[in-house]
Amino acid sequence: MRTLRAFAEFVLGSLRIVRRGNLLYWAWIAFLLALIVRGVLAYATQLEQGLVATSMRDQVSWAFYIGNFTFLVGVAAAAVLLVIPAYVYHWKPIKEVVVLGECLAISAIAMCGLFVTVDVGRPDRLWHLVPGLGRLNVPNSLLAWDVVVVNGYFVLNLLIATYLLFALYLRKKPDPRFFTPLVLLSIPWAIGIHTVTAFLYNGLAARPFWNSAILAPRFLASAFCSGPAVLLVVMQLLRRFTRFEIQDAAIWKVAELMAYAMGVNLFLLGAEVFKEYYSSTEHLAHMQYMFTGLAGHAPIVPYMWTAVGCSLVAFLLFLVPRTRRSPLTLNLGCFLIWAGVYIEKGMGLIIPGLTPDTLGEIYEYFPSRNELWVSAGIFSIGFLLFTLMVKVATPILLGEFQASVRAEQSGTEASLKPT
Amino acid sequence: MSHGCDAGATSGLSRRDFLCALAGCAAAAAGSCADPTHTPFFRDHLKELTPEDKARLLRELEQEFSARYGKPVEVALDSPRPGVEFAYALDISRCVGCRRCVHACVAENNQSRDPEIQWIRVLEMDKEKGVDFAHADPYYEADTVPRPGHFYVPVACQHCRNAPCVKTCPVGATWQEPDGIVVIDYDWCIGCRCCMAACPYGARHFNWGEPEIPAEQLNPKTHYLGNRPRPKGVVEKCTFCIQRVRAGLYPACVEVCPVGARKFGDLRDPDGEIRYILEHKRVFVLKSELATLPRFYYFFGV
Repeated sequence: MRTLRAFAEFVLGSLRIVRRGNLLYWAWIAFLLALIVRGVLAYATQLEQGLVATSMRDQVSWAFYIGNFTFLVGVAAAAVLLVIPAYVYHWKPIKEVVVLGECLAISAIAMCGLFVTVDVGRPDRLWHLVPGLGRLNVPNSLLAWDVVVVNGYFVLNLLIATYLLFALYLRKKPDPRFFTPLVLLSIPWAIGIHTVTAFLYNGLAARPFWNSAILAPRFLASAFCSGPAVLLVVMQLLRRFTRFEIQDAAIWKVAELMAYAMGVNLFLLGAEVFKEYYSSTEHLAHMQYMFTGLAGHAPIVPYMWTAVGCSLVAFLLFLVPRTRRSPLTLNLGCFLIWAGVYIEKGMGLIIPGLTPDTLGEIYEYFPSRNELWVSAGIFSIGFLLFTLMVKVATPILLGEFQASVRAEQSGTEASLKPT
Repeated sequence: MSHGCDAGATSGLSRRDFLCALAGCAAAAAGSCADPTHTPFFRDHLKELTPEDKARLLRELEQEFSARYGKPVEVALDSPRPGVEFAYALDISRCVGCRRCVHACVAENNQSRDPEIQWIRVLEMDKEKGVDFAHADPYYEADTVPRPGHFYVPVACQHCRNAPCVKTCPVGATWQEPDGIVVIDYDWCIGCRCCMAACPYGARHFNWGEPEIPAEQLNPKTHYLGNRPRPKGVVEKCTFCIQRVRAGLYPACVEVCPVGARKFGDLRDPDGEIRYILEHKRVFVLKSELATLPRFYYFFGV
């Protein structure tokens, strides 16, 4: 009962914290809210007209929404890159910030859910996916598995982050009997969500571009670059605007891990490119559509070369110790990695996978304006969630937001009285 | 939309009743606003409905379609005939690419006219290249067909025995019937389009917008799993004209083909036309390397 009351105070205190902020904070919130409103309006248009409001058609039946979903599953999975050094190796500099990674995972999964929701033709029937109420086609359907693992990951991270922050708020150490198994479970689960998402495409023999055994490893490698890129920027912002002391060592270590991940990512991409171009079967068409254009159709070619360029430059910047330690090149690298992986997953995975279609037709997909507004709205919801969570987590980690001493004393008295 | 809730009263407590009790009929009504077919918001999967529930469902759909199109519309749910296994055979050497099958199919199966949906795609191929999708042209325009140097490969649902679409559907909205027809429940499909990504034959089509059919063009004789008018946001495809073939008729495309290139029948009938073709002609299936095992065969009659 006492814990419940303390939790209620914790929630109320959190609400008070998010209502306090300087001009910059409120400008950021207002910007996000404006984009959310625009996104909701765009979604209303789509609901009324149907998915004809997007540029998707029978030939390219998944596109920008599903690309964003895939990218964000990767961002969520990347929390594991912080969890392993923090909880398995007890590396202190990262342990201090790992909860931020979990907050990022929670916001990313929330966006994933929204992107799937706006992509389906019948959002009113999504309850058909709820086990027990609808009819989930397990074990056959990979999307059914994805629904289970992604939602499970959301609950898991929400539990871990809330529990950890609440414990710190109460000035207690998290109970390892409860906490450690959850954290350990979250590591394979993070790898699981991105693997299952990769298998969703991987298992389709009709689409040779996806039907490659290294698709899941590629997904993981690119995810381990893009997710931490956000965190590096957030860590530096926190260091600058709050009393948060994040050691350089933590930032440099994460950047180093990202360099290796990007190296693996580029290597795997190279392996795919070699296989397609050297064997030069009819399956090459998809990669040609991506890198050189096919039969005069080249709408995504400039984006793909931009992505390759961004990833290569970022890899070098993060590989060389001097550039990864200089704030300027570090942040440039973060931006390039984010851009490179975002284009690669957002446009470069889905669209060439479906173009040319199974009967050889080429439909030039490019997202419609409405599609872009809806997506911007969803990203804004995600950033808003992340902002609010970081806003609450920061003073807790700094020891500024804690259960009041009076409450604690009365709590101690209460616990002492019976004895 | 109270029928979504009171329907279960005769058939014991169902999930639907539970959901209705949970969400209240207000939620059901709100859901049905987004649903142009006005089918009940909460309903069990077709395979779990009692015969009475099914009959009521069909009656409701008939009333709704009849009101919408201003003429009596029949929605049947004929079961597969025991011991029958349908198969299709198409004579590549006869097909002239006239596309009469495409249009007969649209008229019979009530595909949306705007946006336009066609279940059959006729591909024009070069004789020099053989069956080569990379160089096929589905949009050929010609005053007379066949055009010299070309041959034609019409493609629709292949009704695969090992159907990737059925495997990939997350909610079991599409399945293979005992007579071999792969069907979709348009009222269960969530519109995620996994099946479209999985289909190697481009056979599945999505209702990107609200489907429109002029009332005078609507074929009023429909089947629940076949040619009844579809709602927005769901997937559809060829059903071998389920409303016709389960009543002993040929599919519309077979009947209309002016050169007799299209053959249809019961694979289990030892004296049937399909068996004769499989035993005597040079037969192939599309993309055999994918092991989908189509029930749709192509052959060279001459």
